[in-house]
Amino acid sequence: MEKIYLDHAATTPMRPEVLDAMLPYLKDRFGNPSSIHSFGREARKALDEARDKIAAIIGAGPDEIIFTSGGTEADNSAIKGIALARRDKGNHIITSSIEHHAVLDSCKALEKQGFKVTYLPVDQYGLVRPEDVRSAITDETILISIMHANNEVGTIEPIAEIARVAREKGVYFHTDAVQTVGQIPVNVEDLGVDMLSLSAHKFYGPKGVGALYVRKGVRALPFMHGGGQERGRRAGTENVPGIVGMAYALELAVKEMDENIKKVSGLRDALIRGVTERIDHVRVNGHPVKRLPGNASFCFEFVEGESILLNLDMKGIAGSSGSACTSGSLEPSHVLLAMGLPHEIAHGSLRLTLGRDNTMEQVRYVLDVLPEIISKLRSMSPFGRTAQ
Amino acid sequence: MYSEKVMDHFTNPRNVGEIPDADGIGMVGNPVCGDVMKLFIKVDGGRIADVKFKTFGCGAAIATSSMVTELVKGKTLEEAMTISNKAVAEALDGLPANKMHCSNLAADALHAAIRDYLAKRDGQAQAGHGH
Repeated sequence: MEKIYLDHAATTPMRPEVLDAMLPYLKDRFGNPSSIHSFGREARKALDEARDKIAAIIGAGPDEIIFTSGGTEADNSAIKGIALARRDKGNHIITSSIEHHAVLDSCKALEKQGFKVTYLPVDQYGLVRPEDVRSAITDETILISIMHANNEVGTIEPIAEIARVAREKGVYFHTDAVQTVGQIPVNVEDLGVDMLSLSAHKFYGPKGVGALYVRKGVRALPFMHGGGQERGRRAGTENVPGIVGMAYALELAVKEMDENIKKVSGLRDALIRGVTERIDHVRVNGHPVKRLPGNASFCFEFVEGESILLNLDMKGIAGSSGSACTSGSLEPSHVLLAMGLPHEIAHGSLRLTLGRDNTMEQVRYVLDVLPEIISKLRSMSPFGRTAQ
Repeated sequence: MYSEKVMDHFTNPRNVGEIPDADGIGMVGNPVCGDVMKLFIKVDGGRIADVKFKTFGCGAAIATSSMVTELVKGKTLEEAMTISNKAVAEALDGLPANKMHCSNLAADALHAAIRDYLAKRDGQAQAGHGH
């Protein structure tokens, strides 16, 4: 049975050419970039080149890039780093109720240390309203963090507008761009953000490596202390192979971006259209247009998400869900609830996220098997269809 | 994460459906929590003669519903009342720890169906005496 991977928002397969680019730095070019000898210089050169490349792609300067262990570390460093550095200026942080847990739980951790956090609501499409950001700002506000695009429903937020509000009020603005970098154009100047998180394994790079952009002049307390790497902003010997892989993966992603957006969004539209045509009592989550190219998010009434996933998996299809059972808690997705969906509907969510290797044949196969799965589960459900 | 037995019962659930003239119906859980089980029983001579279920929920919820119907068929009402959620999970070679709470309600549904049957029977008996 062919396996069909439709969970690219969770992680992507690393491109073979990225692995090839990394291999020398896992073998002969193993030097520590901080060493003065030829081995070290070789690693330093690779590190500098990777930094230049990533910085240029997102419109930043090389010294505005801090390499991290991934998106979670970048989010944690940005939020805690700013909060702790600006504690004397104020104790208020603004974020949204649909952020990734790397942001939400960092904010919750800060609440325990006496910070006040406003979790802004979103509309039915998952959009944060810039005017809500404006009215939430107080004299105490030191940081705003709103994600560039949501990982569950794919909604792309009005970051440039929110950044204008933040700048006008003199508040630092961070965006978690883990879902957008490498997928859609991301430029820190166009967006007007002060900090931005990205993660390599979301754009066909290696796991365990990411970066935080910090605009020149923005002071954040370091998260890791030690050997003074990353100009003292993130101690620890740099993950040279990972960073080399990340830079190359991003370079490839940007080179192929236009073509990829066209292809993947075509598949997405066919998938969404097919599902809504073939299955009734289904909702499409997220914004109809302001949406990541690869994201298709649904809620099927009368059935539960994990049951759908298990059935899809038996057919070789890998997806994800925001049901309580798959989130590891008793609550379904905080994102779907924030968008106003009732609990029982949110439990029936299915997220299929497409990527560069998917094909129209695979989409057709999904459209062949999914209606049967939903109908089988509905025939077992005490809700909805029992009377029909 | 699930045992082979759970996957077997999830994939090929036994006794799915409704009993139109059921003697007792038990419904437990809450759609808000993501698991609802509805169990129908037919009682004959103090024994569970037939049992069917409908379940909204995850793999564990469906598998435990299916398993309890297998465990209970032909049992006396007294025997059926002693079947616990834990026993259902054990019959499935165990459930993941996070499923033991929320999705392991099948025995509760069975007990609710039996109580429903008993209440109806006693109600009818009382109504009979009254006239």
